[in-house]
Amino acid sequence: MDTGKILIQIILIIGLAVPAVIILLPTKGARGLAIRRLTMLGILLGGIVAVMFPSLTDAIARTLGVGRGADLVLYGFLIVFVSYTLSTSAHLRRVDRQISELTRELAVARAEPPTAVTPDR
Amino acid sequence: MATPEIARGTWLVVPLYNEGPVIRSVVEHARRTFPNVVCVDDGSSDDSVAEAKAGGAHVVRHAINLGQGAALQTGIRYALLDPGARWIVTFDADGQHRTEDALRMVERLAAEPLDIVIGSRFLDDRTKPGLLKRVVLRAAVIFQRITSGVRLTDAHNGLRAMTRETASRIRITQNRMAHASELVDQIASLELRFAEEPVHVIYTEYSRSKGQSLWNSVNILSELLFK
Repeated sequence: MDTGKILIQIILIIGLAVPAVIILLPTKGARGLAIRRLTMLGILLGGIVAVMFPSLTDAIARTLGVGRGADLVLYGFLIVFVSYTLSTSAHLRRVDRQISELTRELAVARAEPPTAVTPDR
Repeated sequence: MATPEIARGTWLVVPLYNEGPVIRSVVEHARRTFPNVVCVDDGSSDDSVAEAKAGGAHVVRHAINLGQGAALQTGIRYALLDPGARWIVTFDADGQHRTEDALRMVERLAAEPLDIVIGSRFLDDRTKPGLLKRVVLRAAVIFQRITSGVRLTDAHNGLRAMTRETASRIRITQNRMAHASELVDQIASLELRFAEEPVHVIYTEYSRSKGQSLWNSVNILSELLFK
Protein backbone atom coordinates (compact mmCIF):
# COMPACT_ATOMS: atom_id res chain seq x y z
CA MET A 1 0.00 0.00 0.00
CA ASP A 2 1.53 3.24 -1.12
CA THR A 3 -0.39 5.48 1.27
CA GLY A 4 0.78 3.32 4.16
CA LYS A 5 4.39 3.64 3.09
CA ILE A 6 4.10 7.41 3.00
CA LEU A 7 2.56 7.32 6.43
CA ILE A 8 5.48 5.50 8.03
CA GLN A 9 7.91 7.75 6.21
CA ILE A 10 6.22 10.82 7.60
CA ILE A 11 6.26 9.35 11.08
CA LEU A 12 9.94 8.47 10.85
CA ILE A 13 10.95 11.84 9.47
CA ILE A 14 9.05 13.63 12.20
CA GLY A 15 10.52 11.24 14.72
CA LEU A 16 14.01 12.13 13.59
CA ALA A 17 13.40 15.84 13.10
CA VAL A 18 11.65 16.54 16.40
CA PRO A 19 14.51 15.45 18.65
CA ALA A 20 16.87 17.45 16.45
CA VAL A 21 14.75 20.57 16.94
CA ILE A 22 14.40 19.92 20.65
CA ILE A 23 18.16 19.67 20.94
CA LEU A 24 18.86 22.75 18.86
CA LEU A 25 16.38 24.93 20.71
CA PRO A 26 17.61 25.98 24.11
CA THR A 27 15.03 24.55 26.48
CA LYS A 28 14.54 25.83 29.96
CA GLY A 29 15.95 23.33 32.42
CA ALA A 30 12.82 22.06 34.18
CA ARG A 31 10.67 21.70 31.08
CA GLY A 32 13.40 20.02 29.03
CA LEU A 33 14.06 17.57 31.81
CA ALA A 34 10.33 16.84 32.23
CA ILE A 35 9.96 16.22 28.49
CA ARG A 36 12.90 13.83 28.52
CA ARG A 37 11.52 11.94 31.49
CA LEU A 38 8.02 11.70 30.03
CA THR A 39 9.46 10.44 26.75
CA MET A 40 11.49 7.83 28.54
CA LEU A 41 8.43 6.78 30.54
CA GLY A 42 6.34 6.53 27.38
CA ILE A 43 8.96 4.38 25.70
CA LEU A 44 9.16 2.03 28.65
CA LEU A 45 5.37 1.72 28.93
CA GLY A 46 5.17 1.13 25.19
CA GLY A 47 7.74 -1.62 25.60
CA ILE A 48 5.71 -3.29 28.37
CA VAL A 49 2.55 -3.16 26.28
CA ALA A 50 4.41 -4.60 23.30
CA VAL A 51 5.67 -7.47 25.42
CA MET A 52 2.22 -8.18 26.83
CA PHE A 53 0.48 -8.17 23.45
CA PRO A 54 3.03 -9.28 20.85
CA SER A 55 0.43 -9.25 18.09
CA LEU A 56 -0.25 -5.59 18.76
CA THR A 57 2.98 -4.38 17.16
CA ASP A 58 2.20 -6.45 14.08
CA ALA A 59 -1.25 -4.94 13.83
CA ILE A 60 0.06 -1.38 14.22
CA ALA A 61 2.84 -2.07 11.73
CA ARG A 62 0.35 -3.30 9.13
CA THR A 63 -1.88 -0.24 9.49
CA LEU A 64 1.23 1.94 9.07
CA GLY A 65 2.31 -0.09 6.06
CA VAL A 66 5.53 -1.41 7.53
CA GLY A 67 4.69 -5.09 7.25
CA ARG A 68 6.17 -6.62 10.37
CA GLY A 69 6.00 -5.57 13.98
CA ALA A 70 9.70 -6.27 14.36
CA ASP A 71 10.47 -3.66 11.70
CA LEU A 72 8.32 -1.13 13.49
CA VAL A 73 10.17 -1.78 16.73
CA LEU A 74 13.47 -1.43 14.88
CA TYR A 75 12.45 1.95 13.47
CA GLY A 76 11.34 3.05 16.90
CA PHE A 77 14.69 1.97 18.28
CA LEU A 78 16.47 3.93 15.59
CA ILE A 79 14.65 7.13 16.53
CA VAL A 80 15.32 6.68 20.22
CA PHE A 81 18.96 5.87 19.56
CA VAL A 82 19.58 8.88 17.33
CA SER A 83 17.91 11.33 19.67
CA TYR A 84 19.78 9.87 22.62
CA THR A 85 23.09 10.23 20.80
CA LEU A 86 22.38 13.82 19.85
CA SER A 87 21.27 14.92 23.28
CA THR A 88 24.16 13.13 24.94
CA SER A 89 26.78 14.71 22.73
CA ALA A 90 25.25 18.15 23.28
CA HIS A 91 25.38 17.51 26.98
CA LEU A 92 28.97 16.33 26.78
CA ARG A 93 30.03 19.44 24.90
CA ARG A 94 28.49 21.59 27.58
CA VAL A 95 30.26 19.64 30.30
CA ASP A 96 33.55 19.86 28.37
CA ARG A 97 33.23 23.60 28.26
CA GLN A 98 32.51 23.81 31.94
CA ILE A 99 35.50 21.62 32.78
CA SER A 100 37.74 23.84 30.65
CA GLU A 101 36.50 26.95 32.42
CA LEU A 102 36.97 25.31 35.80
CA THR A 103 40.47 24.10 34.98
CA ARG A 104 41.39 27.55 33.69
CA GLU A 105 40.14 29.25 36.83
CA LEU A 106 42.05 26.78 38.97
CA ALA A 107 45.24 27.15 36.93
CA VAL A 108 45.23 30.94 37.12
CA ALA A 109 44.23 30.97 40.79
CA ARG A 110 47.06 28.63 41.76
CA ALA A 111 49.72 30.40 39.71
CA GLU A 112 51.80 33.23 41.04
CA PRO A 113 50.47 36.53 39.75
CA PRO A 114 52.25 37.79 36.63
CA THR A 115 55.01 40.08 37.79
CA ALA A 116 56.44 41.55 34.65
CA VAL A 117 60.13 41.93 34.17
CA THR A 118 61.12 45.49 33.52
CA PRO A 119 64.19 45.50 31.34
CA ASP A 120 67.00 47.66 32.59
CA ARG A 121 68.03 50.23 30.11
CA MET B 1 66.69 44.20 19.66
CA ALA B 2 63.35 45.00 21.16
CA THR B 3 62.84 48.49 22.50
CA PRO B 4 62.32 48.59 26.30
CA GLU B 5 58.71 49.49 25.63
CA ILE B 6 58.14 46.35 23.57
CA ALA B 7 60.18 44.14 25.89
CA ARG B 8 58.14 45.29 28.87
CA GLY B 9 54.75 45.32 27.20
CA THR B 10 54.88 41.96 25.43
CA TRP B 11 53.87 38.62 26.87
CA LEU B 12 54.74 35.39 25.13
CA VAL B 13 52.07 32.74 25.64
CA VAL B 14 53.50 29.26 25.16
CA PRO B 15 51.22 26.20 25.34
CA LEU B 16 53.33 23.47 26.87
CA TYR B 17 52.72 19.76 26.67
CA ASN B 18 55.53 17.28 27.16
CA GLU B 19 58.30 19.40 25.68
CA GLY B 20 60.77 18.72 28.46
CA PRO B 21 63.81 18.17 26.23
CA VAL B 22 63.58 21.57 24.54
CA ILE B 23 61.42 23.97 26.54
CA ARG B 24 64.21 25.32 28.70
CA SER B 25 66.36 26.46 25.80
CA VAL B 26 63.30 27.76 23.92
CA VAL B 27 62.29 29.89 26.91
CA GLU B 28 65.85 31.06 27.60
CA HIS B 29 66.30 32.08 24.01
CA ALA B 30 62.94 33.79 23.77
CA ARG B 31 63.49 35.72 26.99
CA ARG B 32 66.50 37.49 25.53
CA THR B 33 64.00 39.38 23.39
CA PHE B 34 60.82 39.05 25.42
CA PRO B 35 61.46 38.77 29.18
CA ASN B 36 57.83 38.00 29.97
CA VAL B 37 56.97 34.43 29.07
CA VAL B 38 54.10 32.37 30.39
CA CYS B 39 54.09 28.65 29.73
CA VAL B 40 50.72 26.96 30.13
CA ASP B 41 51.43 23.42 31.12
CA ASP B 42 48.62 21.27 29.80
CA GLY B 43 49.09 18.34 32.14
CA SER B 44 52.54 17.24 30.97
CA SER B 45 53.78 13.95 32.36
CA ASP B 46 57.47 14.80 31.93
CA ASP B 47 59.66 17.48 33.50
CA SER B 48 58.31 20.28 31.29
CA VAL B 49 57.18 22.40 34.23
CA ALA B 50 60.54 22.32 36.02
CA GLU B 51 62.40 22.96 32.78
CA ALA B 52 60.17 25.91 31.87
CA LYS B 53 60.68 27.42 35.32
CA ALA B 54 64.42 26.85 35.05
CA GLY B 55 64.32 28.77 31.80
CA GLY B 56 62.71 31.67 33.62
CA ALA B 57 59.11 31.39 32.47
CA HIS B 58 56.00 31.90 34.51
CA VAL B 59 54.14 28.61 34.60
CA VAL B 60 50.41 28.10 34.81
CA ARG B 61 49.31 24.52 35.15
CA HIS B 62 46.16 22.86 33.90
CA ALA B 63 45.16 20.16 36.34
CA ILE B 64 44.11 17.96 33.43
CA ASN B 65 45.02 17.88 29.76
CA LEU B 66 42.60 20.05 27.80
CA GLY B 67 44.34 20.71 24.51
CA GLN B 68 46.32 23.47 22.87
CA GLY B 69 43.39 25.82 22.28
CA ALA B 70 42.44 25.76 25.94
CA ALA B 71 46.05 26.32 26.94
CA LEU B 72 46.27 29.40 24.71
CA GLN B 73 43.12 30.86 26.21
CA THR B 74 44.45 30.25 29.72
CA GLY B 75 47.77 31.88 28.88
CA ILE B 76 46.05 34.92 27.40
CA ARG B 77 43.86 35.20 30.44
CA TYR B 78 46.93 35.06 32.68
CA ALA B 79 48.92 37.60 30.69
CA LEU B 80 46.01 40.03 30.78
CA LEU B 81 46.22 40.04 34.58
CA ASP B 82 49.33 42.15 34.10
CA PRO B 83 47.98 45.64 33.50
CA GLY B 84 51.19 46.48 31.66
CA ALA B 85 50.63 43.81 29.04
CA ARG B 86 50.06 45.62 25.76
CA TRP B 87 50.81 42.89 23.25
CA ILE B 88 50.38 39.16 23.43
CA VAL B 89 52.24 36.73 21.23
CA THR B 90 51.35 33.05 20.88
CA PHE B 91 54.47 31.01 20.46
CA ASP B 92 55.08 27.27 20.10
CA ALA B 93 57.02 25.37 22.73
CA ASP B 94 58.98 23.13 20.40
CA GLY B 95 61.33 25.78 19.08
CA GLN B 96 59.91 26.02 15.58
CA HIS B 97 59.25 29.76 15.79
CA ARG B 98 61.83 32.52 15.61
CA THR B 99 61.81 35.42 18.06
CA GLU B 100 62.96 37.75 15.29
CA ASP B 101 59.69 37.05 13.48
CA ALA B 102 57.69 37.59 16.67
CA LEU B 103 59.48 40.86 17.29
CA ARG B 104 58.71 42.13 13.82
CA MET B 105 55.06 41.27 14.34
CA VAL B 106 54.87 43.20 17.62
CA GLU B 107 56.66 46.14 16.02
CA ARG B 108 53.99 46.20 13.37
CA LEU B 109 51.25 46.22 16.01
CA ALA B 110 53.01 49.10 17.73
CA ALA B 111 53.44 51.11 14.55
CA GLU B 112 50.42 50.31 12.41
CA PRO B 113 46.68 50.44 13.11
CA LEU B 114 46.33 46.66 13.44
CA ASP B 115 44.58 44.38 15.91
CA ILE B 116 46.33 41.14 15.11
CA VAL B 117 49.26 39.96 13.02
CA ILE B 118 49.38 36.35 11.89
CA GLY B 119 52.49 34.51 10.82
CA SER B 120 52.53 32.88 7.44
CA ARG B 121 54.92 30.27 6.10
CA PHE B 122 53.87 30.89 2.54
CA LEU B 123 54.59 34.54 1.91
CA ASP B 124 58.15 33.69 1.01
CA ASP B 125 59.96 30.45 0.34
CA ARG B 126 62.14 30.12 3.40
CA THR B 127 60.03 27.43 5.05
CA LYS B 128 60.16 24.02 3.45
CA PRO B 129 57.33 21.72 4.44
CA GLY B 130 56.94 18.41 2.69
CA LEU B 131 54.72 18.12 -0.37
CA LEU B 132 51.86 16.37 1.42
CA LYS B 133 51.93 18.89 4.22
CA ARG B 134 51.84 21.72 1.70
CA VAL B 135 48.82 20.22 -0.02
CA VAL B 136 46.93 19.77 3.25
CA LEU B 137 47.76 23.29 4.43
CA ARG B 138 46.61 24.70 1.11
CA ALA B 139 43.33 22.82 1.40
CA ALA B 140 42.91 24.21 4.91
CA VAL B 141 43.44 27.73 3.61
CA ILE B 142 40.77 27.29 0.95
CA PHE B 143 38.36 25.78 3.48
CA GLN B 144 39.02 28.77 5.69
CA ARG B 145 38.31 31.28 2.96
CA ILE B 146 35.02 29.65 2.20
CA THR B 147 33.82 29.36 5.79
CA SER B 148 35.07 32.64 7.24
CA GLY B 149 35.69 34.88 4.26
CA VAL B 150 39.05 35.88 5.71
CA ARG B 151 41.84 35.63 3.19
CA LEU B 152 44.96 34.23 4.78
CA THR B 153 47.78 32.33 3.15
CA ASP B 154 48.52 30.09 6.12
CA ALA B 155 45.63 28.66 8.08
CA HIS B 156 47.40 27.00 10.96
CA ASN B 157 50.37 29.02 12.03
CA GLY B 158 50.91 29.10 15.78
CA LEU B 159 52.82 32.39 15.72
CA ARG B 160 50.47 35.32 16.19
CA ALA B 161 50.71 38.71 17.81
CA MET B 162 47.74 40.67 19.05
CA THR B 163 46.98 43.79 20.99
CA ARG B 164 45.68 43.68 24.51
CA GLU B 165 42.25 44.72 23.33
CA THR B 166 42.10 41.92 20.78
CA ALA B 167 43.30 39.40 23.34
CA SER B 168 40.52 40.36 25.71
CA ARG B 169 37.88 40.10 22.99
CA ILE B 170 38.67 36.76 21.45
CA ARG B 171 37.31 33.61 23.04
CA ILE B 172 38.91 30.30 22.16
CA THR B 173 36.44 27.56 22.98
CA GLN B 174 37.79 24.84 20.71
CA ASN B 175 40.01 23.01 23.10
CA ARG B 176 42.01 20.95 20.68
CA MET B 177 43.45 21.82 17.31
CA ALA B 178 40.49 23.54 15.64
CA HIS B 179 41.22 26.70 17.64
CA ALA B 180 43.31 28.09 14.78
CA SER B 181 40.27 28.11 12.52
CA GLU B 182 38.10 29.38 15.34
CA LEU B 183 40.45 32.31 15.74
CA VAL B 184 40.18 33.16 12.06
CA ASP B 185 36.39 33.00 12.32
CA GLN B 186 36.59 35.50 15.15
CA ILE B 187 38.83 37.79 13.11
CA ALA B 188 35.88 37.94 10.74
CA SER B 189 33.10 38.23 13.31
CA LEU B 190 34.89 40.82 15.47
CA GLU B 191 35.95 42.65 12.31
CA LEU B 192 39.55 42.80 13.44
CA ARG B 193 42.17 44.61 11.42
CA PHE B 194 44.64 41.90 10.59
CA ALA B 195 47.82 41.50 8.62
CA GLU B 196 50.08 38.64 7.71
CA GLU B 197 53.78 38.60 8.29
CA PRO B 198 56.14 36.20 6.57
CA VAL B 199 57.75 33.92 9.12
CA HIS B 200 60.25 31.14 8.95
CA VAL B 201 59.18 27.93 10.62
CA ILE B 202 62.11 25.76 11.53
CA TYR B 203 61.28 22.10 11.07
CA THR B 204 63.86 20.47 13.26
CA GLU B 205 64.27 16.73 13.67
CA TYR B 206 62.61 17.19 17.03
CA SER B 207 59.57 19.11 15.84
CA ARG B 208 59.18 16.76 12.92
CA SER B 209 59.23 13.74 15.16
CA LYS B 210 56.49 14.99 17.43
CA GLY B 211 54.88 17.56 15.24
CA GLN B 212 51.52 17.94 13.85
CA SER B 213 50.77 14.72 12.12
CA LEU B 214 48.69 15.04 9.02
CA TRP B 215 46.08 12.86 10.70
CA ASN B 216 45.39 15.96 12.70
CA SER B 217 43.80 17.64 9.70
CA VAL B 218 41.07 15.01 9.82
CA ASN B 219 40.54 15.75 13.49
CA ILE B 220 40.49 19.48 12.91
CA LEU B 221 37.88 19.14 10.21
CA SER B 222 35.64 16.98 12.36
CA GLU B 223 36.02 19.30 15.33
CA LEU B 224 34.91 22.18 13.13
CA LEU B 225 31.98 20.35 11.61
CA PHE B 226 30.60 18.93 14.85
CA LYS B 227 31.24 21.78 17.21
